[in-house]
Amino acid sequence: MSWMRRFTNLFRQGRLNDELDEELASHIDEAIERGRSAEEARRAFGAELRHREQSRDIKLLPWLDALAADVVFGWRQLKKHRAVSAAAILSLALAMGATTSAFRLVDAVLLRTLPVADPARLFFLATTYIDGDGSPDYRDDFDYPTFRRHRKTVGDRADLMVVGMSARQDAAFGSSDETEKLYQQYVSGNVFGVFGLQPALGRLLAPHDDLTPGAHPVAVLSYDYWTRRFGRDTKVIGSKFRLGSARYEIVGVAPKGFTGTEPGAVTDIFIPSMMNAQAINSPGWSWFRIWLRPKTGVTPEQIRQSLQAVFSHEHQERVKSFPADTPKLTIDAYLSESVVLYPAASGASDIQKNYRRPLLILAVLVVLVLLIACTNVANLLTARAAARAREMALRVAIGAGRWRLIQLVVVESAMMAVIASTAGALFAGWSAPLVVSMLAPPEDPVRLILDADWRVLGFGIALTVTVTFLFGSTPALRASAVKPISALKGGEDPHSRFRLIHSLIAAQVAFCVLVLFVAALFLATFERLLNRPLGFSHQRALLVETEIRGKEQPPEIWAQVADHLRQTPGVESVALSGWALLTGNRWVCSVVVAGRAAEARSPYFLDVSPGFFETMQIGWIDGRDFRPGDVPPRTKEQNLPLAGVGIVNEAFARIYFDGQNPVGRSVEARQNKNSSAPLEIVGYVRDASYGSVREPIRPTVYVPIGDRANGTFVVRTAGDPLALAPILRREVSRARSEFRVHNINPQSALVRRHMIRERLLATLSFFFGGVALVLAGIGLYGVLNYSVIQRRREIGIRMALGARPAHVVRRVATEVFGMVCVGSLIGLAGGLACERFVESLLFEVKATDSGIVMMPILTLGAAAVLAALRPAIRAARIDPAQTLRSE
Amino acid sequence: MAKPDTLQGALDLLVLKILSRRAPLHGYAIMSAVEEISGEVLRVEEGSLYPALHRMEEAGLIRAAWITKGNGRRARVYELTARGRKQLASEEARWTAVTGAVQRVLKLA
Repeated sequence: MSWMRRFTNLFRQGRLNDELDEELASHIDEAIERGRSAEEARRAFGAELRHREQSRDIKLLPWLDALAADVVFGWRQLKKHRAVSAAAILSLALAMGATTSAFRLVDAVLLRTLPVADPARLFFLATTYIDGDGSPDYRDDFDYPTFRRHRKTVGDRADLMVVGMSARQDAAFGSSDETEKLYQQYVSGNVFGVFGLQPALGRLLAPHDDLTPGAHPVAVLSYDYWTRRFGRDTKVIGSKFRLGSARYEIVGVAPKGFTGTEPGAVTDIFIPSMMNAQAINSPGWSWFRIWLRPKTGVTPEQIRQSLQAVFSHEHQERVKSFPADTPKLTIDAYLSESVVLYPAASGASDIQKNYRRPLLILAVLVVLVLLIACTNVANLLTARAAARAREMALRVAIGAGRWRLIQLVVVESAMMAVIASTAGALFAGWSAPLVVSMLAPPEDPVRLILDADWRVLGFGIALTVTVTFLFGSTPALRASAVKPISALKGGEDPHSRFRLIHSLIAAQVAFCVLVLFVAALFLATFERLLNRPLGFSHQRALLVETEIRGKEQPPEIWAQVADHLRQTPGVESVALSGWALLTGNRWVCSVVVAGRAAEARSPYFLDVSPGFFETMQIGWIDGRDFRPGDVPPRTKEQNLPLAGVGIVNEAFARIYFDGQNPVGRSVEARQNKNSSAPLEIVGYVRDASYGSVREPIRPTVYVPIGDRANGTFVVRTAGDPLALAPILRREVSRARSEFRVHNINPQSALVRRHMIRERLLATLSFFFGGVALVLAGIGLYGVLNYSVIQRRREIGIRMALGARPAHVVRRVATEVFGMVCVGSLIGLAGGLACERFVESLLFEVKATDSGIVMMPILTLGAAAVLAALRPAIRAARIDPAQTLRSE
Repeated sequence: MAKPDTLQGALDLLVLKILSRRAPLHGYAIMSAVEEISGEVLRVEEGSLYPALHRMEEAGLIRAAWITKGNGRRARVYELTARGRKQLASEEARWTAVTGAVQRVLKLA
């Protein structure tokens, strides 16, 4: 309390003085009243001022007084070197802003705990598997029959919950037909109870809302959506909306702050899982995560073990039903799958899974940039401290304590850090949402809770303190270590003070090379992915996803709609496929060629209409296109196989026919465990990407499209494809009224979607690489420039004694460039060491590629030469006569 | 905190003692009380009294308040805090011990 008073006293010195004056005056009055003469009383008192000072010194901690003086002095120092201070603060602000931004993202995606009861005891279930490329992965989506089995296994030892994936849907409120997009999430009836949530309005979903498939058309709004869409209107309870084929009644609003379970997605409406009626009894239809909370006294590992036991048993059983010719590798991989429980305290989402590593890598890059910026400022302050050695020496000589000097420099550092962190916070406020928008395609944006709360504030303060310490401590200690005698005499050992600066330069260069190295890896990855031949043209191609209300229709009807679309002005060609290339959908079916062992990985299948290859501009090699009336291989009742035709790609010919032309050959396409149908190859086309841009092109079999309830029209347009989108949407329904377009995307958007992570990493690492380079360049320039100024006298003497300018320049540059080389090597070694960590994010790029290794070195070398140019010229231009005279 | 020297210690002790008997008092009253009770033997300098008062106030031994006197002027009066009372007890004991010891030395040496 008394400390607080001293502190407040600091800011009301005027009043304090008045109070003291008044007290002393009242004393004198008293004395006069008691009969002493006024003069005597006053004399006894002595100089009033002296008393005031003595009393005041006790009331005010002198330290605080000095602090205020330091702040004023520091501000004057900053203003005196305006350009240098501004550069330092700006670079620091940029780096701190980027760090804050990175923290906010990492916090929002990975760290922030859900606002639910006891989040630490929430888990989500996943099964590990080996993916097509042989690397381990996990899947965390399940079908409802599996959920039932798991629930039975676990019994009452844990609460098992269905937590659906937040999905973008069309909904129509009230009686209107206008649809709007909202994010909907299926949850089982126990979710709100287990999460311990209380409704903000109405009621939440309860177990009795989740008993019978299709029988519970009730919904709960999120608080956020209630605010945004309905302005917190309490009359919303009881109102209806249509979503899919059902009409729902709004029964309540979830508590404030709870926006679903997926970082990266914000749920607007919660719906009982039983309302996904068709999926309830469909094995293999995976549409939700399984969350669980073990009951008190039960460990997650116990739950996992019992689930694992059942899971292993099921797998053993299922292997028995595999076809006899299944390769052993496939079986082993299948049997090695296991159950895991991951902590769900911070939620669970694909964004989290896909961006965990990229975000951490970016965070590391950002911290490296921050270190570079700190080194810069430390160098700057050290140089300035050295230049102020005389001032410091004078302070020591007239009695300033060491602590007083340290305080002086620390105050100056802290002021810079505070200004920079404020500017940085503004920068973060602008850049964090920008990066969020880069995490996902604009059609389906990532929605993150990016509130600037106490966590962000706390981080900002911690960051400011750390940064002050990082760049302020060395200069402060140096300032305090000043030796008055040697400094006042005119300089100490000229080499000693450069040693520290030089090692800082080496560190800075090492960080910079590391950032550049990682940036080079990501840039090369993105560049290679971008230039990867897709095998088809995505220019001006529009994908019109269409569904039929009612039952599926034969290809002839679909062809009628396609014909109608072809009449639309601006349309060049139209074809139909089950789904578009690069949607991420895959249809896998095993194929056997007589006389060959089955392959471990089955080829992809895609059903397409005649004209698909022409529309997609997939190169033709041999054979013919599909004709109306062509059919795929299939089975009739009683498993009777029926022959069909197909068109295969180059990869298929390479693997199944050793690269020979397969047209006219026949293969067996497996239909189910016991039967396969013959497939005659009628066409042979060039390779085209199917599943993803990253994976090597897989053997692919195109088959004629059959009866379907949904499909995608591929439309090649003459002009801007998006301009045609609304027209095509209308025309489809005009062609046949039961046909309805539910989504339109340009094919190029699908291609872009596959590179979004790589684009993000490439863009941001390029940006940080540039910032690191500029900062390191400024640092080098500053140090060289400073060393030339400091050694003016030495250089002057050398030149007077006959040294040539080239010699002088070399002398100045050699040691600094030595440090640059050392730093580069350390940075490169660091880069190579961390390759393993980024490897999974790279595409056809190796850290040992000569180009990747050379890029950072050359860039940094160029920057170093550029930075050295001016100081070198300055050194060479030193006029010995002038320099020596001035000293 | 540095140990107060003996003279200051004596002044503090006197002020605390007086305030413990008749509180609250302003600076002048404390000064005259010391002089009166000591039979004009002890004199307190204004120059030492006020710093001592403010120091003890900072240390939390006494607390101060402004009162308005009959003539309309404000005066700052001081009284003992619980902490000051404790401090007084220990200071008094110390003083008695020290003076007793000095007495003995004067008598027996």
